[in-house]
Amino acid sequence: MKQLISAFAVSLTLAAPALAQTYAITNGRIVTNTDSGIVENGTVLVRDGDIVAVGAGVEVPGEATVIDAEGGWITPGVFAPYSQLGLIEVGLEDSTNDQAAGESPFSVALDVTDGFNPNGTHIPSQRIEGLTRAAIFPSTGHNIFGGQGGLASTSGEADSVFESGSFVFADLSQSGADEAGGSRPAAWAFLAAALADARGYPGRFAGDHEGDALNRYDAAALLPVARGRVPLVMSINRAADIRRAIRFQEDNAPVRLILVGAAEAWMVADELAASGIPVIIDPLQDLPFNFDAIGASLQNAAHLDAAGVTVAYATLSQDGYFNPRLLPQNAGNAVANGVPWDAAFRAITLTPAEIYGVGDRYGALAPGYAGDVVVWDGDPLEVMSAPTAVLIDGEPTAMESRQTRLRDRYINITDDTPFAYRD
Amino acid sequence: MGINAMKLTASLPATVALSAAFALAACSGGETPSGSGSANSGDGDIVRINLDPYPSTYEPQPSGTTLIRGGTVLDGIGGQIENGDVLIENGRIAAIGTGLEAPEGATVIDAAGRYVTPGVIDIHSHLGVYPSPGVRAHSDGNEATQPVTAEVWAEHSVWPQDPGFEHALAGGVTTLHVLPGSANLFGGRGVTLRNVSGRTVQDMKFPDAPYTLKMACGENPSRVYGGRGRSPATDMGNVAGYREAWIRASNYRDDWHEYWESAEAGEDASPPTQDLELDTLMGVLEGEILVQMHCYRADQMAQIIDMSHEFGYQVTTFHHGVEAYKIPDLLAENDICAAVWADWGGFKMEAYDSIRENLAMTHANGACAMIHSDDDNGIQRLNQEVAKALADGRRAGLDISEAEAWAWLSSNPANALGIGDETGSLQEGYRADVVLWSGNPYSTYTRADQVWIDGALSYDRSDAGMQPVRDFMLGQPGEGEQ
Repeated sequence: MKQLISAFAVSLTLAAPALAQTYAITNGRIVTNTDSGIVENGTVLVRDGDIVAVGAGVEVPGEATVIDAEGGWITPGVFAPYSQLGLIEVGLEDSTNDQAAGESPFSVALDVTDGFNPNGTHIPSQRIEGLTRAAIFPSTGHNIFGGQGGLASTSGEADSVFESGSFVFADLSQSGADEAGGSRPAAWAFLAAALADARGYPGRFAGDHEGDALNRYDAAALLPVARGRVPLVMSINRAADIRRAIRFQEDNAPVRLILVGAAEAWMVADELAASGIPVIIDPLQDLPFNFDAIGASLQNAAHLDAAGVTVAYATLSQDGYFNPRLLPQNAGNAVANGVPWDAAFRAITLTPAEIYGVGDRYGALAPGYAGDVVVWDGDPLEVMSAPTAVLIDGEPTAMESRQTRLRDRYINITDDTPFAYRD
Repeated sequence: MGINAMKLTASLPATVALSAAFALAACSGGETPSGSGSANSGDGDIVRINLDPYPSTYEPQPSGTTLIRGGTVLDGIGGQIENGDVLIENGRIAAIGTGLEAPEGATVIDAAGRYVTPGVIDIHSHLGVYPSPGVRAHSDGNEATQPVTAEVWAEHSVWPQDPGFEHALAGGVTTLHVLPGSANLFGGRGVTLRNVSGRTVQDMKFPDAPYTLKMACGENPSRVYGGRGRSPATDMGNVAGYREAWIRASNYRDDWHEYWESAEAGEDASPPTQDLELDTLMGVLEGEILVQMHCYRADQMAQIIDMSHEFGYQVTTFHHGVEAYKIPDLLAENDICAAVWADWGGFKMEAYDSIRENLAMTHANGACAMIHSDDDNGIQRLNQEVAKALADGRRAGLDISEAEAWAWLSSNPANALGIGDETGSLQEGYRADVVLWSGNPYSTYTRADQVWIDGALSYDRSDAGMQPVRDFMLGQPGEGEQ
């Protein structure tokens, strides 16, 4: 076992971006997330980082390294649509926490990927649970905007961040109302003014003139949102606020919204479906945790799915830097509460990729997709299942984390070797 | 029963069982070990401390005779019966086995393809003291005004209308232990509740359950008080703070004993001035109140164990115990349980060494271990949390059965709360706290179909009329939403 891990480590070190390896993942139940549906006893062929073939009759070339799924499941990697992965090592230690900047003069201009640390120890512990991609979110500091988010893999490699400036995050829930001065009207007024500042950039900032809501750097960063090139991800829960957001999008074309939280979304499901606005929910949020979420329900996911809303699942009730690995459990619970299995699985794989405009590269197993492949020892949405192999960009990754190292050090409590001298 | 489960049962703190018995006797007005009995105990003018001034008014709901037939039964103490039957009569488990006859008039439930287990017990909950919605007025769990507040009682903060209770019920939770928070060295007394709807917290109190004392190690007290420029600001300040309080408590106990001995001998004696804080600490020293201590790191737990020897009391359970897996031998030697999460950690330095195998490794290496939630969402699916811990333990090579692991959800927390002779397992004569699951409860897709508390059907997933709705939710958009 140990030798196997070292071998992987070596191959990782040598795996320069110019990949030249072929892997055949065989003998598994393949969830393709495409029109091919589920393929029994199939093979996924990965070459030079990308998927080149998927199916039951795929021939395994002689040069391929075979990874035998042994009758388990083969799926695309899990894609977390909302996380703080790589931004926080220890939640309560500010020195290790790059999620928010309350003292900064800037807001939208903050690019969260500048703080992303691919060496963070929580990244391998997500990866070995099947999570291969994540959207990285800032939190708000001194106004309703947290800054710009990006997209990263969990490879731990230097090139983990594969896109930055992917979206701008804003809080229009009750906490955003607080940031804006104390009321929801204040938050919406600030948003309208900020958007006007962005649209007026750079002319409005000639000379010493500043914007009404934003400084020139923040206004410049919001411009792609105003032009509809980058979505605005809005944290929002209350049904009335969601309606307000739908109206905001109608009034501000070509601005595109994504809603995160959306605890009461089921109450406005048809309006959401008509608006085309995607939502990111936690299917486990069922408590009236505040007065924005009095209608929170375990049936939220099923109602939204039935109404035809585009839905992705997040782990909003767990720490976003530590436990997005629990997404399969969340999706499994959505199934238990009425969502079809395929839709729930897409909500943690393909749908997040589509929401961020990368659904043609991630979230499915088909030729042309990145080689993010996870082999599971059972149904991935079952809490007792776990990955046996995880490939990112076509390369197998070490199934090891700081947590597994601690486990291995302490599992034999009676060994005579002093603990600090153990592996 | 698996070897590990037997070991667990055998190694369960003798002191816990003993002190539970003391407390039961004390609460029911019988003989007490220390003289700290009821004020109305009838021995003339001798002043006693009333141990039960806020007595339980819980009454089980009326229940009939119920036979749950043909399910897979996990008894909560390591046993599994295929095609098993559980008979409930008069609120108690009347029989468990196979091929049981249905008594006349019994409600017979076909459990074929489903699982029957003891109700889930959460030893670490803040439902009621940090209720939903989480508004400022509901922040009732931490008396964070001074580091030693052994005088406060969580039950005086519990809001029985917390909608969280009914969500926990839908997850099969029949008993829960509600604690004060961890801002303080001594946070105050915890209370064990039946997960029933009541107009008052007294209506929910588990009859005769011993009182508990919440204590906290580490970062929380030193952060809260160090941040205010006062002690404790460090780990060493924490320990000094506990010791100072235990010294005062020891003196207080001695003063009372001296007084009782003199008074009982007919001498002229005046009682010490009653002190609410020291009453609770004295209860611990007398073995009547069980210590439930928030502690993450292995080295911190070892310090606390030494301190318990120094002052002669027993720690019943370390809560959170993120590093319990590093010292299972020490915990076992000292008859201390660990109540842990499946996979939460990382949020502060003392939680940094969280591993997914903590529960399974602590158990397999000989200590008493159990799951806990500390969370109003997590409490709703503790069965899934145990499933993860079990699966991770097995992958690490540990041989633990599904039946054995149910002890982590029921009998171990029951024992650690001093109610293990009343609930936590399906044994003849025990309270009929029973969950019928739609399938194997270690599956993500399984739900609690029906839940009985003291034999009374309290929740039915297929009958909205059997799903409690707290007052707060009436007329709200989420009314009746699970």
